[in-house]
Amino acid sequence: MNAPVAVVALQAKDFKSDYKPVWCPGCGDYSVLTGITKALAMLELRPENVAVVSGIGCSSRIPAYTTCYGFHGVHGRSLPAATGLKAARPDLTVLVASGDGDGYSIGGNHFLHACRRNVDLTYIVMDNHVYGMTKGQPSPTTEPDWKSKLAPGGTGVREFHPLVIALASGANFIARGFSGDPNGVAALIAQAVRHPGFSFVEILSPCVTFRPEQREWKQAVRPAPVEPTDDPARAARRLMTDDGFNIGVLYKGSRPAFSPQSTQKAGAPEELECQFRL
Amino acid sequence: MGAMDAIRSVSVALAGSGGAGVMTAGNMLLEAAALAGYYALMTRTSGPQIRGGEAAAMVRISSFPTDAQDDRFQILAAIDWQNVNRFAAELPLGPGSLIVGDPAQGEPPEVFTRSGARYVPLPLKKIAADAVPGAWPSMVALGALARLTGLPFDAVEKAARKTLKKGLDAGIVAAKAGFAHAASLEGFSLGAPPAKTERWLISGNEAAGYGALRGGVRFVAAYPITPATELLEWLSPALPKVGGTLVQAEDELASINMALGASYGGVPALTATSGPGLSLMTEALGLGVAAEVPVVVVDVMRTGPSTGIATKSEQADLNIALYGMHGDAPHVVVAPNSLADCVAATQWAVGLAESLQVPAIVLSDQYFGQARGVVDIPALSHNGYGRVKAKAGEPYKRYALTESGVSPMAIPGTPGTTYTADGLEHNEKGTPSSQAGDHLAQMDKRSRKVLGLDPGDAWASIEGEGETAVLTFGSCTGPVREALARSGSRARLISLRLLLPAQPERLAKALEGVKRVLVVEQNHSGQFLRYLRSEYGLPGEVQSLRRPGPLPFRPDEILKAL
Amino acid sequence: MPVPTLEDFMSRAYAMELEASERYAQFAEQLDTHNNREVAQLFRRLAQIEGLHAQRILDEMAWPNLPVMPPAFSWDGDEGPETAPFDALHYLMQPYHALEIALRCELQAVKYFDGVAAADVPQRVREAAKEMAADEREHVALIKEWMKKVPPPAPGWDEDPDPPRLSD
Repeated sequence: MNAPVAVVALQAKDFKSDYKPVWCPGCGDYSVLTGITKALAMLELRPENVAVVSGIGCSSRIPAYTTCYGFHGVHGRSLPAATGLKAARPDLTVLVASGDGDGYSIGGNHFLHACRRNVDLTYIVMDNHVYGMTKGQPSPTTEPDWKSKLAPGGTGVREFHPLVIALASGANFIARGFSGDPNGVAALIAQAVRHPGFSFVEILSPCVTFRPEQREWKQAVRPAPVEPTDDPARAARRLMTDDGFNIGVLYKGSRPAFSPQSTQKAGAPEELECQFRL
Repeated sequence: MGAMDAIRSVSVALAGSGGAGVMTAGNMLLEAAALAGYYALMTRTSGPQIRGGEAAAMVRISSFPTDAQDDRFQILAAIDWQNVNRFAAELPLGPGSLIVGDPAQGEPPEVFTRSGARYVPLPLKKIAADAVPGAWPSMVALGALARLTGLPFDAVEKAARKTLKKGLDAGIVAAKAGFAHAASLEGFSLGAPPAKTERWLISGNEAAGYGALRGGVRFVAAYPITPATELLEWLSPALPKVGGTLVQAEDELASINMALGASYGGVPALTATSGPGLSLMTEALGLGVAAEVPVVVVDVMRTGPSTGIATKSEQADLNIALYGMHGDAPHVVVAPNSLADCVAATQWAVGLAESLQVPAIVLSDQYFGQARGVVDIPALSHNGYGRVKAKAGEPYKRYALTESGVSPMAIPGTPGTTYTADGLEHNEKGTPSSQAGDHLAQMDKRSRKVLGLDPGDAWASIEGEGETAVLTFGSCTGPVREALARSGSRARLISLRLLLPAQPERLAKALEGVKRVLVVEQNHSGQFLRYLRSEYGLPGEVQSLRRPGPLPFRPDEILKAL
Repeated sequence: MPVPTLEDFMSRAYAMELEASERYAQFAEQLDTHNNREVAQLFRRLAQIEGLHAQRILDEMAWPNLPVMPPAFSWDGDEGPETAPFDALHYLMQPYHALEIALRCELQAVKYFDGVAAADVPQRVREAAKEMAADEREHVALIKEWMKKVPPPAPGWDEDPDPPRLSD
C-alpha cells in the first residue's frame, strides 16, 4: 500500500474523464453522465473504488467517460459481468450502465435474474425507445406504431414494461428519472447506490437523432404523485397503471442483498486433498 | 480363462435395471479394490431414464496404474437383463469371459453369449433373501465379484461401511453370502497388490476442480450441464474453504461473463461446461482476448454435435476450442492426458491465463470427468505464475506495447490506474480506436504474448522411442500407453498437453527419426489430424485411427493399427 | 426558497454563474468534437464571460476560498436558472442558435433575481439581488446586440445529406 493520501472532497468533475463523448449534441446521455458524476461526488466515493460496467450501445460508452474503473463488455451481458465483479470484489461500488436495447432485449434474461438475485448493484438504463447505435430500429420499449426501416408499419408488438418486470422479479429499489433534470438524476442515483441490493433506475433519455419527437418528453414527465412504497402489491398496482412518465423513486424494498456463501477463514487448497487420500 | 493379462488386470461389469443399485455396488467394488491396495477405475453407462433405467457399472482392477479400459471384460454380472443388451457394444466379452446372472431373471441375451463367454448362473435374489430378508441382490453380486477377482472380504466390508447409510448390516451379510457362494466358481485371481504408494481415489471432474483451486481460482460461475456439473458441485463447498465464491448463473452466457467480471476485479475466475455451453461462450471468450482479461473454461467434452449424447465422451470440441472465436483471437488450449493430470493441467491453465492475461480452455472429457479411479498422487508444482499488476506512477496505459506483449494489469481499487477494459479495438491507453496502426499493434501484441510462451517439457508427454510415433491427446493417451507397454515394439508416444499455442519446433524435435506417424483421436472428421497438418510438419507415412464417441479406444485396437 | 443571509445569496449566485460557465464549456467541447468550430468558439466565449461573472462575485465578497453551498439546497426547477439544458444543442447548430440559448438563460437569470428581490428577504439581500438583476438585464441587452450581428439561420440549416454513421 502507498502512504495514506490526505482525503480531499472530490467534485463531480473529478469523476469525469477527458475523453470526449461520441454522443450527438443534444443527447440525454450527457445529462446522465453529469448525474452519475454528481452522485459519486455526493456519495464521497473515490474513482478507484467505483467500477462502471456496460454492454454495447450509445449509453454503454459511458465507462470511459468517467475516471472510474470501467468494463465495456459485449452486447447484453453487462449485468452478469457486474455480478461476477461484485461477488468477487464486494468492496467496490459497482454501477451498471445500459440502454433499452442492450438491457431489455438481448439482456432481458439477465435482467430478470439480476433483479431476482438482488446483488448490491445500481443498474442505470438510459431508455430512448430505440436502438440508436445501429441506426434506429425498434427496441422493446418502442411504441407499437412507431415506423422504422426494420418495421415499416410499426412492430405491432406491445412495449416491454421494465419497472413492472423489475418489481415482479425482485428488484429492491425501482426509480425512474428524466435526463432533462440532471440534478434529479444525481439524487436518484445516489439514493439507489445507498440502497442495498439491486437498485434499478430507468432514465428517460431522448435520442435527438432518431427520436427527435422525444423533445416533448419534458412536457410529459411529472414528479410521481405518491411517495415510494415498500409494499410490492401496492407498487404493482401503481406500476401496472403507470404511463411511463412518473419520475422519482417508485419502490423501496427491504430484501437483504445477495451474499454468497460466507467466506470462512480461508485455508490453503492443499487442505482439501485429504478427501481424496487412500 | 484369460491370458496373462487377467492376473494383472480384471475388468468387471455389473448391470441391472431400476432400483437394482448397480452404481452403488460398483462404487463399493471400486473402494474395496482401492482399500485392498490395487489400482482401480470405474466408469458407468446407463439408459436415458432419470431413475429406474438400466445401468452398468464398469470396474477395472489392476496391479498397475492405468486409466484405459481393457480390451474386454472378464466378468459381466447382471442383477437382471432388462435392456442390458443396449450396452453390448460397451461391454465386449470374449471366450475367456464369465457371465454371471440370476437364473430367475432368464437367460443372458444372445448378444453377450455369442462372444463365447461362459454363463454361470448364480441365484442372487434367492441368496439375498435366504441371507437376510430384504437384502439387496446387488450386495450378493458385490460379494461374489470380490471373490471372483481375488479381493479380500474385509476390503468389501470396509467399503460398505464407508458407503452405505441404510441397510448396512443386511448388506454385509448379503455380501458375505455372495462371497461364499462364489468360492465354488472359477474366477480371475489378481496377483498380489503392487507395492504401496501414496494414492488418491478421485474423479476427473474433482481433479480439475482441485487443480483450479491450486492454480488460484477463487471465483467460479456455474451453469449445470452434463457432464461438467459435478466439477462445479465439487467446487461449490470447496471454494469458501479457501476464501472463494461460487455463483450460479442463469445460462452459459451469464456464467462466462460473470467469470470475466470477477477476473477484471482481480480474482482468478473459472467456469466449466460442455460443448453446447462452450458454443454459447465463444463471444465472451473473444471479449477476454480483446480486453486481455484472464479466464479459464473447462470443457468436459461430450458427444456432439448439438445436444449429441450428453452422457458419453468424444474429442470433437477441438475445432471450436482452437478456432471458435470470430476474428483472430490468440489464446491458450490445454488438454490433460490422464485422470491424475486433470489436476496439473487445470492448474497450469490457470497460471497461463493469469500470466498471459488471456482465456485458457481446458479440454477434458466425459470419460475423464466422470471416471473415478485410483491414481498415484501426482507431483504437483506450486504455481509460479501470476498476473503482472500495474502500479501507479506514470499515466497508466493498460494496453502498453511491451516486448513480451504482456502489459501490467491494474486491479480495481488501486488509485491512479483507472482504465476501461474494452472489447472494442483500442490504443495503448485503452481508448477505442479504428486506426489501422492501433489494430495492427494490438494484434501483434496479443499474438506475441501468447506465442512467446515457453512451456518447457510440460507441452507434451513423450514416452518411448522408435521409428513409429503415436500422436494423440486427452483420454486417448491411456489406451495408447497401454498398447505401447504391451507391444514391446519400438514406438513412441507423443501426447500433446498444450494445443495452443502450437509448438512446431518442439514437435519436430520429438519426431526426429520418425518414419511413420499414427494419429489417434476420438472424433469423426479427424480434427486433431487436420490441426496437426495445419500447424506442424508430419514426416513420412501418416495414418489416422479415429472414430467418434461413445466407445473408447481399447489397447488392442491401437496395437492392431501399429 | 428562503435566502437568509447575503453570504447564502451570493454563494448561490456564484454557483449559478459557475454552473452556467461549466455548461457552456461542455457545450464547446461537444461541438468541437462534432466539428462545429464556429459555435464551439462562441460557447467558449460565453463560458469565459460567465466565468468572469463568477470571479467578480468572489472579488466583491473578498472570498479567499470557494464558497460552499448550504446543504440540502436545490434550485426550483431542474438546474441553475442560468444553466443551458443539454437538449438545446444540435450538431449543425448555428451561432444564432447559441445566442438564442444564451438569451433564454440570461432572461431566466433576470427572472430569478427579480424573484429574490421581491421576496421576503433581508435588505442587504434585496439590494444585492436588484443589482444582480440589473447586471443580467445588461447581459440580455448585450446578447441581443450580438444577435443582430449574427445572421439568422437559413432554412435547411439542419439538413445533412449523409446518413448517421455506424459505430459499434
